[in-house]
Amino acid sequence: MPPAVTLASAATAGGFLLVLAIILPAAGVLLALAFGRHAERIALLLMPAGFAIAIAILADVWHSQASLVAVMGGWAPPLGIALRADGLSAMMLVTTALVICAVGLFARGDFGMPAGGGEARAPLVFWTMLMGVWSALNAIWLGRDLFNLYVALELLTFSAVPLVCLDGRAETLAAALRYLLFALVGSVLYLLGVALFYGAYGTLDIGLLAGRVRAEPVVWVSAALMTAGLLAKTALFPLHLWLPPAHAGAPAAASAVLSALVVKGSFFLAVRLWFDVLPGLPGVPAAQALGTLGAAAIIFGSVLALRQERLKLLIAYSTIAQIGYLFLLFPLSTGAAAAGIWGSVAWTGGVYQLVSHAIAKAAMFMAAGLIGEALGHDRIAGLGGIGRALPMTIFAFGLGGMSLMGLPPSGGFVAKLMLLTASVTEGQWWWAVVILLGGLLAAAYVFRVLAPALAGADEPLRLCARVSRRREAVVLALAVGALLLGLLPLRPSELLQIGRPAAPTAIMR
Amino acid sequence: MSTGFALDAGLVLDAGLAALVLAVAVGAIVAGTAFAAVVGFVTYGLLLALVWVRLAAVDVALTEAAIGSGVTGAVLIAAAARLRPAEARSAAERPGVPLRLAAAVLSALVAAGLAMLVLLPSAPAPSLGPAAAVHLPELAIGNPVTAVLLAYRAIDTLLEKIVLLLALLGVWSLAPDRFWGGAPGQPHAAQQDGALALLARLLPPVGIVVGVYILWVGAVAPGGAFQGGAILAAMWILVMIAGLRDAPATGGRRVRLLLVVGPAVFLAVGLAGFVVADGFLAYPASYAKPLIIAIEVVLTLSIAVILGLLASGPPGRERQR
Amino acid sequence: MSAETLYGLCAAALVGLGLFGSIVDPQPLRKILAFNLLGGGVFLLFGVIARRGAAAGMAADPVPQAMVITGIVVAFSATALAVTLLLRLFETTGQATLRTGAPARPDPDSDRAGS
Repeated sequence: MPPAVTLASAATAGGFLLVLAIILPAAGVLLALAFGRHAERIALLLMPAGFAIAIAILADVWHSQASLVAVMGGWAPPLGIALRADGLSAMMLVTTALVICAVGLFARGDFGMPAGGGEARAPLVFWTMLMGVWSALNAIWLGRDLFNLYVALELLTFSAVPLVCLDGRAETLAAALRYLLFALVGSVLYLLGVALFYGAYGTLDIGLLAGRVRAEPVVWVSAALMTAGLLAKTALFPLHLWLPPAHAGAPAAASAVLSALVVKGSFFLAVRLWFDVLPGLPGVPAAQALGTLGAAAIIFGSVLALRQERLKLLIAYSTIAQIGYLFLLFPLSTGAAAAGIWGSVAWTGGVYQLVSHAIAKAAMFMAAGLIGEALGHDRIAGLGGIGRALPMTIFAFGLGGMSLMGLPPSGGFVAKLMLLTASVTEGQWWWAVVILLGGLLAAAYVFRVLAPALAGADEPLRLCARVSRRREAVVLALAVGALLLGLLPLRPSELLQIGRPAAPTAIMR
Repeated sequence: MSTGFALDAGLVLDAGLAALVLAVAVGAIVAGTAFAAVVGFVTYGLLLALVWVRLAAVDVALTEAAIGSGVTGAVLIAAAARLRPAEARSAAERPGVPLRLAAAVLSALVAAGLAMLVLLPSAPAPSLGPAAAVHLPELAIGNPVTAVLLAYRAIDTLLEKIVLLLALLGVWSLAPDRFWGGAPGQPHAAQQDGALALLARLLPPVGIVVGVYILWVGAVAPGGAFQGGAILAAMWILVMIAGLRDAPATGGRRVRLLLVVGPAVFLAVGLAGFVVADGFLAYPASYAKPLIIAIEVVLTLSIAVILGLLASGPPGRERQR
Repeated sequence: MSAETLYGLCAAALVGLGLFGSIVDPQPLRKILAFNLLGGGVFLLFGVIARRGAAAGMAADPVPQAMVITGIVVAFSATALAVTLLLRLFETTGQATLRTGAPARPDPDSDRAGS
C-alpha cells in the first residue's frame, strides 16, 4: 500500500508549483557549483522560470480564492511537512521574484564572468548566493513547519553573509562577522522556542499548532524567545547595530537584496508566529512592546540617516527606520476585533509597507551603486552635479525616496496612510504622531541627497566610469514599480485575505 | 529498570554526568586562554555524546562525537593557535559592568524560565513516535531516525545539504582572488614519525571501515549518512593534518562533482517522485528502501568531502594548472 | 527526579551560560565557542523532549532526535564560516576584534565607494 494515498488528499493540484519555487533556485546552486564558469548564465536562465512560477502561484491563488498546499513526500503533518501559499505568501513570492530578477539584470555589469571563460571568485559567489537567497526566501514564504522554517532561516543567513564581504576589505569582514554572530544567536533562540512548542504540543505544523496552543507559560516563554531571536535577525532597534555596516559595505547589487528582502524573511516569521500560530491569544502587551520598539526604530533610524556622510550608510539607516513601520502592524491589528484582523486596514497597510519598501529600497541601493561607480566615491557632500550626469538614476532615487516619505501616489504612501488611518480609528493616536514624524524625517534625509545632486557642481564633474544606460533603466523601472504600487490599493487587500481563517481554505482541519 | 537499586545507580550516574557537563561548560566560559577554553569545549562535546547515549539517542551521540566535538574542535583549536598573538588585546575589551550585569540577568532569566518548564512537563508527553513507527514497515527501514531524515522530513535534510554547500562556498569566498580554485591552506609538513603520523597511518583504515559500516547499518540500527560521512571526514582530516596526503584543489572538476553529487541525486529522486509516486520526495511503495540506501551512499560521500573541506579553510595556494 | 528532568535542568543552565558568554565575551572566538555551548544546551533540550516522548516500543521520539542531527551539522557549518571570517579579519588587520572603529592597518583604498 502506498503510504500517502489517504494523506495526500489535503494537497492541492497546483502544489507542485510551491515545490518548484524552492527547488528551482536550489538546483541552481548545485549547478553553479558544479559548472562554476557558467554560474551567471545558469542564474540568468533560471530567473524567468522562477518569475513565471511566482506569477503562476499568484494567479492560481487568486482564481481559486483558496490557498495552495503541497505535502512533502505525501507525509501529512504532524509527521511530515506541508508547504502552503496563502494570499500573503503569493504576494511575497512575486515581490521577491521581481527584486531578484531586477538585481540579476543590474548585476550583469558588476559580476560578469571574466572574458577568458574561466571561473572567478566574486561572480561565482555572487550568483550562487543570489540563488541561495531566493530559495531560502521562497521556503520562508511557503513554510508551514517551524523546524523547516528554521532550516530556511539558516539557508538565508548562509547565503546572505558572504554577500556582505565579497570585496574582502577589513571593514566588510568585520561587518560580516558581526552580522553572522547576531544571526546565529538569533536562530538558536528561535530554535529553542521550536523545541518548547514541540515538547508541549507534539507538532510543529503552524495550522495544527494554532488549534492546540493555550494561554500557558510554555507558550509565552517560547513566543518570547522566538520573537527575540527574529528581532535580532530583522535588526529591529535596539538590535540594529549590525545592519548599517553590513548593508552599506556590500556591493550595491547585494545591498539591494539584503535590505529589500533578507531582513524581511525574519520579520515575516514573526508575523506568522503571532498571527498564524498564536492568533486567539491575548497578546496586547507584547504587541504594544513591539510597536514601541518599532516607533523608536523609526525615529532613531531616521535621525541617524540624516546625520550620515556616506550615501550607502544613509540608505542603510533608512532601512532601520522603515523596518520600524513594519512593527506598527502588531499593536494596530491586534487592537482590532479578532475576527476582523485580516481585513483590517492595519494588516493591509503593514504588508503594503513590506512590499513597497522592498521594491523602493532595492531601487535606491542600486541607484547609489551607479552613483558610486560614476563618481568613485559615495560622499553625499560630493554629489554636486550628478543629477545632470545620471538623470535617470537620480530620478529613480527620488521616486524610491517618495515611497520612504509616504508621498502620493507611491506604494509607501498607501502603506503609511493605512497605518495612519488604523491608528486614528483604533484610538491609538500616538502611533500616528510617530508615522508623521517619520515621514518628515524621511523627507529631510532624501532631500539631503537630492539637493546637492540636482544642484550644479562647483567644479566640472569628473566621472571615473561610464554607467550603462541598460543598468540605469533597470533601476528606474523598479522605482517606477514602487510608485505604481500605490495605484492598486484595493486588490491586494482582497488577496491578503485568501487563506486566512475567515476566508475559504483548501484544507479543512 | 528491574530493581530499585539499578534505577538509583543509573540516576547517580546521570547526576554525576550532568554535573560534570556543567562544570566543564563553566570552565570553557571562564577559562583564562582561548586555547584552554577550546580544550574545555572538546571535553564538553565528548561528555555530551555520553549524555546522548543515556538519553537513548545513539544516532545523535555518534553525530555529536564526530562533528559537534571532533571536527568542530579541530577547527576551533587551529583557530585558537593562529589567533594567540591577538588574544591579549581583544580580551582587554571587556564590556562595562552595566552590560555584563544586564547580560547576566537576562541569561539567568532565560535559564530560570526553561528550568521552570522542564519541571512542569505536560502530561502525557506528546510524541510522534507511534506515527513514525506505523509507517516503518512501508519504508522497510528499521531505524526510525533514518526514516525521519530521509522520508518524513526529507525536505529538511535536502535543504540542509544546500546550507552545507553554501557554507563551504562562503568559506572559499574569503580567499584572495589569486588563490581561487587552489588547494586550501598551506600543505602540512609530512610527519614521517611521531604519534600523529602513526595515528594517521593506523586509524584511517579502521575508521573507513567503521564509517562505511555505520552508513550501512543506518537503515536498521543507529547510524546513517551524517554519522558515516563525519567519521570518513575525520579520518581524511587526520591524514591531511599529518601531511600524508595534501588537500585537493578546490576548483578541481572531480572535487566539485563529489560535492554536489549527493544533494543532486537526492533532488533528482525527489523530483522523480512527482512522476512515479505521490509527489516531491515520495518514494514508490516497494522501492523505498533501495532508494533511501542509494541516496545515503552518495550523501555520505558528499558530506565527507564537504566537512573535510569546511575544516580545511579557504584556498591558500595558487592553482596548479 | 528522573534522568530526563536532570538533563533538562542541565540544558537550561547550559543555555543561560552560553547566552551569557556569547553576549559578554569580547573575543569573537570565545563568542563562537559560547554559541556552540548554547547550541549544545538547545539540542540537549530536544533530547530530553525526545526521551520523554518514548512510546510505541521506541526508547525515544525519533523526530526531535533527527532535528538535532540536522542542527548539529548546521552549527558546525556556522562555526566553520565564522572562524574563517575571523581568521581572515586577523590576517587583514592584525587584530581579532569586532570593536567599531578604524582597523589597525588602514586599507590603502578604504576611501573608495562601497560599491
